[in-house]
Amino acid sequence: MRHLAWLYLTLAYGFIFLPVAVLVLFSFQGSRLPVPPFNGPTLKWYAQVLGDRDLMAALANSALVALVSSAIALLLGFLAAQGLARYRLPGSALLRGVLIAPMTVSYLIIALGLLSVFNGLGIRPSLWATGVGHVVINLPLCFAILYAAMGDHQKNAERAARDLGACEWQVLRLVTAPMLAAPMAAAFFLSVTFSWDEFIIAFLLTRFEVTLPVELWSMLRSGLSPATNAIGSLVFLVSIAVVIALELTVFRKARR
Amino acid sequence: MTAAVSIQNIRQVFGSYTALQGVSLEIAAGEFTVLLGPSGCGKTTLLSVLGGFVTPTSGKVMIGGRDMTQVPPKDRPTTTMFQDYALFPHMTLAENVGFGLRMRGQGRAQRRARAEAMLAMVGLEDKAERRPHELSGGQRQRVALARALAVEPDVLLLDEPLGALDLKLRRQMQDELKAIQRRVGTTFVHVTHDQEEAMAIADRIVVMNAGRIEDVGSPQDIYLTPRSLFSASFMGEINRIPATGRGDRVETPLGALPLAGQGDLMLCLRPENIGAEGALPLGEARLVDSAFFGTHHRCHFAPLAAPDLRLVAHLPQSAHPEPGSVMALFARAPVLLPKEPA
Amino acid sequence: MTIEAQESRRAALLVAPALIWTAAFFILPFGAMIWLSLSSMQGRAIMPGPDFGNYIRIFTDPSLRQGLWNSLQITLAVTVISVVLAWPLAWIIAMRVPARWQRLALLLAVLPFWTSYVVRSYAWLLVLGQNGVLNKALTGLGLAAAPLEIVATRGATLGGFVHFFVMLLTLTIYANLIQLSSNYARAAADLGAGTFATFRHVILPLTLPGVMTGAFLTFVLCIGDYITPQILGGNNELTLPQLIMLQLGRRGDFPMASALSILLMAVVTLAYAACARWLRMERL
Repeated sequence: MRHLAWLYLTLAYGFIFLPVAVLVLFSFQGSRLPVPPFNGPTLKWYAQVLGDRDLMAALANSALVALVSSAIALLLGFLAAQGLARYRLPGSALLRGVLIAPMTVSYLIIALGLLSVFNGLGIRPSLWATGVGHVVINLPLCFAILYAAMGDHQKNAERAARDLGACEWQVLRLVTAPMLAAPMAAAFFLSVTFSWDEFIIAFLLTRFEVTLPVELWSMLRSGLSPATNAIGSLVFLVSIAVVIALELTVFRKARR
Repeated sequence: MTAAVSIQNIRQVFGSYTALQGVSLEIAAGEFTVLLGPSGCGKTTLLSVLGGFVTPTSGKVMIGGRDMTQVPPKDRPTTTMFQDYALFPHMTLAENVGFGLRMRGQGRAQRRARAEAMLAMVGLEDKAERRPHELSGGQRQRVALARALAVEPDVLLLDEPLGALDLKLRRQMQDELKAIQRRVGTTFVHVTHDQEEAMAIADRIVVMNAGRIEDVGSPQDIYLTPRSLFSASFMGEINRIPATGRGDRVETPLGALPLAGQGDLMLCLRPENIGAEGALPLGEARLVDSAFFGTHHRCHFAPLAAPDLRLVAHLPQSAHPEPGSVMALFARAPVLLPKEPA
Repeated sequence: MTIEAQESRRAALLVAPALIWTAAFFILPFGAMIWLSLSSMQGRAIMPGPDFGNYIRIFTDPSLRQGLWNSLQITLAVTVISVVLAWPLAWIIAMRVPARWQRLALLLAVLPFWTSYVVRSYAWLLVLGQNGVLNKALTGLGLAAAPLEIVATRGATLGGFVHFFVMLLTLTIYANLIQLSSNYARAAADLGAGTFATFRHVILPLTLPGVMTGAFLTFVLCIGDYITPQILGGNNELTLPQLIMLQLGRRGDFPMASALSILLMAVVTLAYAACARWLRMERL
């Protein structure tokens, strides 16, 4: 029975890693196509990719959109969570449902809806439009995480702060926000991750300045090339490095 | 049904940590044995070894005369009552109680009848169709008991089952456990850290500490004639007076006392055995302070012969202790134990 | 103003920004889509309805009907296969891998998540292509006479999807399993249940709600995905998202695209209704 388990584990990991292994291996491909046979490792595709202005611009755009939209989503989500968790509002269950609703809708539909409205209003596709869409998909997430994280000990700490003379704004800034640092970091991190890799909203709502996934899509249109492997591997390895770094610093501290 | 249990030199090592250091114990069939000790003493590990959840590093477990050391829980004539009850939340009470019977291949009607009988035994027959989450803690515990006994095990293992209950409920369950055990006659092995609970229900108490058995005996034997200092202190509050034995008398800070003993000893006296009357005179002492506990006054005394020493004594309810007053103290049922190295 | 009124006003101010954003950029567009779906295209202009022509066309036009059918078949197949493959993996990591290594094992199992979704599907293109790694291996080992045509078939789409969702489901099922008290399995064994009996009577029923939640998530994400079928599935059979994009791109037919999107939402809602029993139990 044990051996069956380890066999299955090996096969499963093999299946899971197969495309990634192929991706990384053929990013070092000597010849023109990223398919076997493998011709001696070379870094020329990485050089090409790093020198590709459009690609680097797309990368920067992705980062910009991800960070800005996640920040907005976090802020709106935090305020809304505070409003609904702290105070009793009529119809709060309905409000919660409305705020969470976008999580249940396919991104394609959100993209199409925004495109229709923007078209109707004469607003042109742009990174801003994409950012708006990303806030729509990440706001429910930030709200849900923070709402769930606001518990009784925050409430009591806030009461103590008010008791000691803090005004509402000070309570929010000096007590509530710091106490919620961990779930806020988690919500921000998740939002950035979702926004960074998001395709369909960016695809429909950008025209000239695009994000990385959209740029990659165009690269795919022009056929197979190890350059695509290179940029894909690059993004992959950088993401892993970030996660490991976070794991060793932030999460290690949280676990202790 | 019931069977005797023989634990022969069980050693259990987890990595670099030795949980049990060569423990041996004989439990008679139908006996209610309590494994008592502080957390980390190995009592739960021993119970797991008995249940088959842990295979001992060395040693043997015999149940009903058969070697069960390597036998998995599924095939052992033991069942366990877990600390968190582990009732299957997706089954009704009747299904829970009948689960073991189902595993033994009994038919539905037969299982149902026995399950209802067992639930009746614990007073929950009218809730047979309910689910565990609808019950209170005490009720869930009874169901766990019914489920464990439904398969008629030879030995029932109980892992601190009363820990989560409040005091009143705990006392009630202790009485019920004892009554049920008497009725079904199964060997019960019960783990707890509460010495009062042990005394309430045990036929025999096994006091454990740091992977060893310190003392074995009936509650009375262990309380009044403990075999080690640990056992003495664990069973209840005790006064410890260093003493040196000189044959027919022992020398203590209170003076020479007419007790037989030799070598470095510790004189142990229970607070309720120190007072105005007794066979062993302790000399005069000044009352430092006292608190009224309903059934007695708990008093701290400073003996005149050894003013730095403190003796705790229980004076009767009718007494009027005055802090500062001096009275002659006498002791009953003294116990001399070898002084253990620090 | 009373304290309660003050507090209510404060709460309203806090919630307002998020609510306004959601209303403006989600509810309004959604309403616009419904309105559009009931409109029709005349040349390049949109004629407002109410006009159910789009919806009627969905069920009368064979290519559109086929698209819906394709989506349903593929999504259901992907969901079932992914659950069946992911469950044992999650189980092994949760129950057989030593506790110290579980976090690492789990991380490894989902590592490919960190490649971009587009790149991941592209990588499968490399693996499954005519000249790809799989075909080279099969012909090289003599297991196939000629390279198999996998890309641009349903098989490739299924493979690409299953790869992604096995990772997702391993994560969700693991999270579910790890919450299960180990005493349940011990109690079952203690009462005489063998490994299979324990699984059938205790583990399976207790983890089913969690598994159903993961399966529902898989269904929703899969049926709404454009990327994987577009990269791997070729143009022979199209899924619903591909049809939607086709209506948008080629003809700029917003009304039709909207109608198809509403249909997509309807399917998801029906799926939710089917799973609702388990999804509610999850919260219990």
